[in-house]
Amino acid sequence: MVVYERLRELDPDEVDRLFHALADATRRDIVERVLDREHSVSALAERYAMSFAAVQKHVAVLERAGIVAKQRRGREQLVRGDPEALARVRRLLEQYEEIWRHRAAAMAAVLDEDAALGEEGSQR
Amino acid sequence: MTVIDVSRDPEELTLTMVLEFPHPVERVWQLYADPRQLERWWGPPGWPATFETHDFRPGGRAAYHMTGPDGEKAPGWWEFTAIDAPRSLEIVDGFADESGQPVQGELNTTFTVAFDEIPAGTRVTSVTRFASAEQLEQLVSMGMEEGMRLGAEQMDAVLAEAV
Repeated sequence: MVVYERLRELDPDEVDRLFHALADATRRDIVERVLDREHSVSALAERYAMSFAAVQKHVAVLERAGIVAKQRRGREQLVRGDPEALARVRRLLEQYEEIWRHRAAAMAAVLDEDAALGEEGSQR
Repeated sequence: MTVIDVSRDPEELTLTMVLEFPHPVERVWQLYADPRQLERWWGPPGWPATFETHDFRPGGRAAYHMTGPDGEKAPGWWEFTAIDAPRSLEIVDGFADESGQPVQGELNTTFTVAFDEIPAGTRVTSVTRFASAEQLEQLVSMGMEEGMRLGAEQMDAVLAEAV
């Protein structure tokens, strides 16, 4: 794990914002709802046991991460999801998983190579 | 298939991997117990790991570094916080400075690994526990970078080698 820290070459700020935005259950719930169809901030606020301001803050975090977009219509602020941004997060997580898959494959290679080398003396 | 299941739990800050190998538990255990074998799988592609010390007993420590394509070294340390051979072990992993000393103030990662005998060989359940959400996010973003480095061809080569 350590090496990933040392290999930093890309500016990970944007990625950090994405993951931070999704690391909260309320924000994930908001994303699910607004991907389905657009909601006003006040309609969202009615669904959670928290203040309008708190919900507005959650929406702002999602907006900064590029996951949702906000639009003013009359007195209402409408929020809708950006499926492309979410698809990107999914791709990133899949790529992270590949590191572990690579490590697992390397473990399997070590075991299989040694088994092939030791065929005579070993039990199998 | 080596990787049976992968799951992420954002609330518990864990990544759980379930692997299966068609080899006896005692043999699979050696992947961790023998530093020469560890060196063959621990480092990411292009960053082979070298274990300078590997005191494989409860409370023992290991010092290692990974060597990058340009000869750059990334040092780390382990502490074996629990070892119950050949059933389970727990490792705390952290950053080291150039002399191999733990870097103060850095967050550590904990690996808990269980080895279970199954009819097909051995099931390894590896739980990686991160210290904070920020650290997990950071490692994910770093892992992504490494993941991009892995071209599809390279992945295929590694997987073919492992068949």
